[in-house]
Amino acid sequence: MRTKQTLLALLTVLVCSSLMFAGTVSGKVTYTGTPAHQKPIDMSKEPSCAKQHATPITTETVVTGPNNALDNVVVYVSSGAPDDGQVPTQAITYTQKGCQYVPHVLAMHVDQEFQIVNDDQTSHNIHPLPKVNIEWNKSQPPGSPPIKEKYDKPEFISVKCNIHPWMHGWFAVLKTNHYDVSKDGGDFKLPNLPPGKYTITAWQEDYGTQTADVTITGSETKEVNFTFKAKAY
Amino acid sequence: MRFISASLVTAVPCTVVLGLVLAAGFTPRVSAQDVPDIGPLRPVVVKPMESHIGNITGHSTSDNARYDYRRFCAGCHGIAGDGNGENAVWLDPKPRDFTIATFKCRSTLTGTLPTDEDLFKTIGRGIVNSNMPVWNTVSKQERADLVAYIKIFSPRWDKEKAGTPITIPPEPPVTLESISHGKALFTKLECWKCHGPHGEGDGPSASTLTDSKDNPIRPYNFAIAGNDSRFKCGSTNQDVYKIFMTGVDGTPMPSFADVIQPNDAWDLVHFLRTLQVHRKSKENEILSAAHGVIPPYVEKQTSNLTPATVPAENKSPGGGQ
Repeated sequence: MRTKQTLLALLTVLVCSSLMFAGTVSGKVTYTGTPAHQKPIDMSKEPSCAKQHATPITTETVVTGPNNALDNVVVYVSSGAPDDGQVPTQAITYTQKGCQYVPHVLAMHVDQEFQIVNDDQTSHNIHPLPKVNIEWNKSQPPGSPPIKEKYDKPEFISVKCNIHPWMHGWFAVLKTNHYDVSKDGGDFKLPNLPPGKYTITAWQEDYGTQTADVTITGSETKEVNFTFKAKAY
Repeated sequence: MRFISASLVTAVPCTVVLGLVLAAGFTPRVSAQDVPDIGPLRPVVVKPMESHIGNITGHSTSDNARYDYRRFCAGCHGIAGDGNGENAVWLDPKPRDFTIATFKCRSTLTGTLPTDEDLFKTIGRGIVNSNMPVWNTVSKQERADLVAYIKIFSPRWDKEKAGTPITIPPEPPVTLESISHGKALFTKLECWKCHGPHGEGDGPSASTLTDSKDNPIRPYNFAIAGNDSRFKCGSTNQDVYKIFMTGVDGTPMPSFADVIQPNDAWDLVHFLRTLQVHRKSKENEILSAAHGVIPPYVEKQTSNLTPATVPAENKSPGGGQ
């Protein structure tokens, strides 16, 4: 009986300590130089979408914020944290709204189910263009049920609507649960990292990838910042 | 002595001429260093793959397959099956890249592998508006062997089975009402955005279309072809039906399998036939009997895809006949 209690206590301590000593990597993604001017999108060919935008929206290849902040950058643990194989069950959604993809970059775990919904009054076709995963191309008229899909290999997949050629987005399929997409001024946060050495990778659709090594020793928050050199074109 | 000198007189020039001839024949005209290095030919590992077409079994390892692939296919599709044969740069649309195993003409859903029968039919039929010829002069056994040979290029064929062919319900009779509903769907599903309001391949998005390898591609022009018009994946009404339900993978043409009911798809087929203005068809007969006017579709309770939900601004411009 006593041994059982001791074991239980030990287990509790172990579980708690591993949670207590979980570290966090957080930081900011910024750019140097002058990013290419994002072009305004002419949606006059799709009036039902055009009227949803008071001022014309622009392309989203590079989304910046104050103080040279860079949003929509996927930041993830690319090595050091063995993938626990736990596929998140929560629903993640990629929405077509106002002939735009929301979010512009949808990050997900390999084999995680995601759904695509059409909030517009027009038909879209969802045409992701994977190179290692399998390609498909589906139509989604207004009012049709969500399209549920998943990808079984890690890959950054460009997504297109052929009917509305300005629509462009990305699926970031990752073999880790430690990821974030920089937002609200380039901020990202990777919590729950047990002590260890990690490689953190940041991916921007136009500027490519950058990596940084970081060591977590206990319940600490390490700051890692990424700076991309902006392309003028 | 005189004999010797006489033979020398003839022998010497003969030897020189012979030497020159030999030299011309056997000496390389350029030195080895001048020849650009194209590298060793990438070896193709011929995995043992099979295809089953009725009672014919095709083998990738057969002499037929290797010989025929090199003779008939490799020029465009490449020895390595990657679509980079020496003719590929001149072709539009580009030849299929067998290493990714994405195929246009399937009886199976989008994202799945085609059946052996689908590939066999594509080889025999050729692909209209492309450089893929009709190979029906190649024997059925050889075509079956080629289907098996195509499978050596992608690992997908090791792990995955072909998709299940879709079921095509019997075609309902052609009526003015089905043509009119088909026309409403053509607008609602935004077909006209690429294929154009009159099916002439000139919709507002047509000029922006690219295939999955970023090469420009044209939407099908229904109106241009004559009485013998064909589609990329066949010429019958069933073949057209199949196109909506499977999509044309690798191109901008999506699948509508999840969003339209079989009867809706048949109505769309009937309307598309009227866009082929130079083709004799039941659909065009019915339309001329109605003096070429497609009446506006009146919403029925049974259909869940009703044009009434389409906002006025999404109606195709000048969509009338």
